[in-house]
Amino acid sequence: MNPDLFFQYVVAGITYGTIYAVVAIGFNIIYNATGIINFAQGEFVMLGGMTAVTLSRFLPLPVAILGAVAVTTVIGAVIDILFIRWLRGPSVLRMIIITIGVSILVREAALHVWGESVRALPYFTGTSVTSIKMGNVYISPQVLWVVGVSAVAVVALSAFFNYTMLGRQMRACAANRDAARLCGISAKNMVTLSFMLSAGIGAIGGAVVCPITYVQYDSGTPLAIKGFTVAILGGIGNSAAAVGAGMILGILESFSIWVLPAAYKEVISISLLLLILFIRPSGIFGSAEEARLKEF
Amino acid sequence: MRGRYLPVAAFAGLIVAIQMATHFTGSGYHLTQLTMSAYYSLLAIGLCLLVGYAGQISLGHAGFFAIGGYITALLTTHDLSSRAGGASRWLAKAGILSFRIDLYGGELLTVHPWVACLVAVLATVGIAYAVGGPVLKLKGHYLAMATLGFGVIIYRIVLGTEFLGAADGISEVPPFAILPGLEVSGKAALRVPNYYLAWGLVIAGMVLLLNLIHSREGRALSSIHGAEDAAEAMGIPTARYKLSAFALSAAFAGLAGVLLTHYNGGIGPSEASVMKSVRYVAIVAIGGMANLWGTLLMSLLLNYLSLRGYFGTYDDAVFGAILILIMLFAPGGLLRRDLLEEVRDVFRGNGEKAS
Repeated sequence: MNPDLFFQYVVAGITYGTIYAVVAIGFNIIYNATGIINFAQGEFVMLGGMTAVTLSRFLPLPVAILGAVAVTTVIGAVIDILFIRWLRGPSVLRMIIITIGVSILVREAALHVWGESVRALPYFTGTSVTSIKMGNVYISPQVLWVVGVSAVAVVALSAFFNYTMLGRQMRACAANRDAARLCGISAKNMVTLSFMLSAGIGAIGGAVVCPITYVQYDSGTPLAIKGFTVAILGGIGNSAAAVGAGMILGILESFSIWVLPAAYKEVISISLLLLILFIRPSGIFGSAEEARLKEF
Repeated sequence: MRGRYLPVAAFAGLIVAIQMATHFTGSGYHLTQLTMSAYYSLLAIGLCLLVGYAGQISLGHAGFFAIGGYITALLTTHDLSSRAGGASRWLAKAGILSFRIDLYGGELLTVHPWVACLVAVLATVGIAYAVGGPVLKLKGHYLAMATLGFGVIIYRIVLGTEFLGAADGISEVPPFAILPGLEVSGKAALRVPNYYLAWGLVIAGMVLLLNLIHSREGRALSSIHGAEDAAEAMGIPTARYKLSAFALSAAFAGLAGVLLTHYNGGIGPSEASVMKSVRYVAIVAIGGMANLWGTLLMSLLLNYLSLRGYFGTYDDAVFGAILILIMLFAPGGLLRRDLLEEVRDVFRGNGEKAS
């Protein structure tokens, strides 16, 4: 393999890896606030893409994307308020099944609203064949959009958690829910907020990546599994590590096409998930000690 | 002892009554969907043992169903006659291979369905042991994701593999002649015997599982569900029991896959889809988790309604909605006397009794 092709594969891997990282961060936000793995996480990405495509028909592109993020954020809040907020101390099994049910309902609703057709936004700059030459490597400007927008979103998110009152309240809740409540923080509102943030960041990812990957009513589930793989790989709850883990999975998947036909691409990433779960469930960046203290 | 078999007799009576009713109203065509729902029920009661009694969730049981179905489909349709050497002639004489005539009058040499069935079920159990070993060490979300991952892997493999028919699946699977004059096939003339065969198997499976859950092993499984560490401390080999329950439920799923594939004459990748796995869990949940009879009755009803197309394009949505509603309002299932009380408890805010 010549080095140019090698870098081409790396760039493709980074594009996908970015989206996996975004999904993983979505998982982490909700997990930190509630201890729940939200199986409907991939659906937020799908909703972001689908809504943006629909809105872009009569709104300028940036407004359409912002609108899609807003709509998905509201849906995130509605999901929490309807299905999660009012339950008291639900068991893990119950929460798993409820979020799976939610993901099915969202997917089926999307099927009835948008049909089975595959959709995409136009490329933000140029067309699908426009490319920027960097050395001997060609990069589509959309790849830069994906990486750039996601990076901004992640930085903004971490600024929010570190420098705003609301963000600190959320972290306090994640660290010790009872103590936070004693300080007058509404834990329930923080959970709702975590669903909104998680939906919002998922929608941003879904909107920027859909010119490249396209979006369909059922594109959420594979993303959820891969995002979860990345979240585990980085150590659950650790969003900085998720970015690195996302790159690893994305690049690994992109190179797997060498070894196996593209139809088995998902088999590779899920086998990796199983492998990590069996060998090192605390993730490659996480500490085993810390993982033992968590609920599962 | 008698108390345990009374419901079995009552259920057998119900099965006969349904057949009589379709006979006298001349609506025998309903039996086709009822037979199919019997095979799905076989899977559901096996899953009930695992999820309800042993407390181990599996979101990958459609994978085991597909493994059974695809193995039997492959073995009974793959023509070996071009390679007919001495060994295959000997195998044919021993009954392992059999000749049959295909649709176009050509002669096919394929594996006999009995052998294919045996291989398929054994392979399913073998895979269940191999996968279950590491997977069942996980708990909660990790277990759910790992089994979901297993299901997706099987789905992707059957969807992406050329000799498994890719998106089309495998068709023209021959009937499975269990006894002379009794074969598992979708022929209209054999509708009634097939209906009884399928439900007879389900009842046999129920008797097996009912005895199991009331035995030492069954109580051990329930104790694992209740508190795994405590069970371990009491000297119960929890890992081994969980694995056995997993393998047994996989065997039920594999057998169901084999028989339904012969009954339908084919199998496609949709049988391995995640949605199917979720659907089976939904049936166990609405049946009341640790409730074999509830699971069986709900499986009979919901599969029948779904196969007859009563849910239309909302088929998957109905199962998703059922799953959510049950888990929100009645985590102990529907078929119970204290249902209303529990719903009230949920609204009062202490509804974590039943799960």
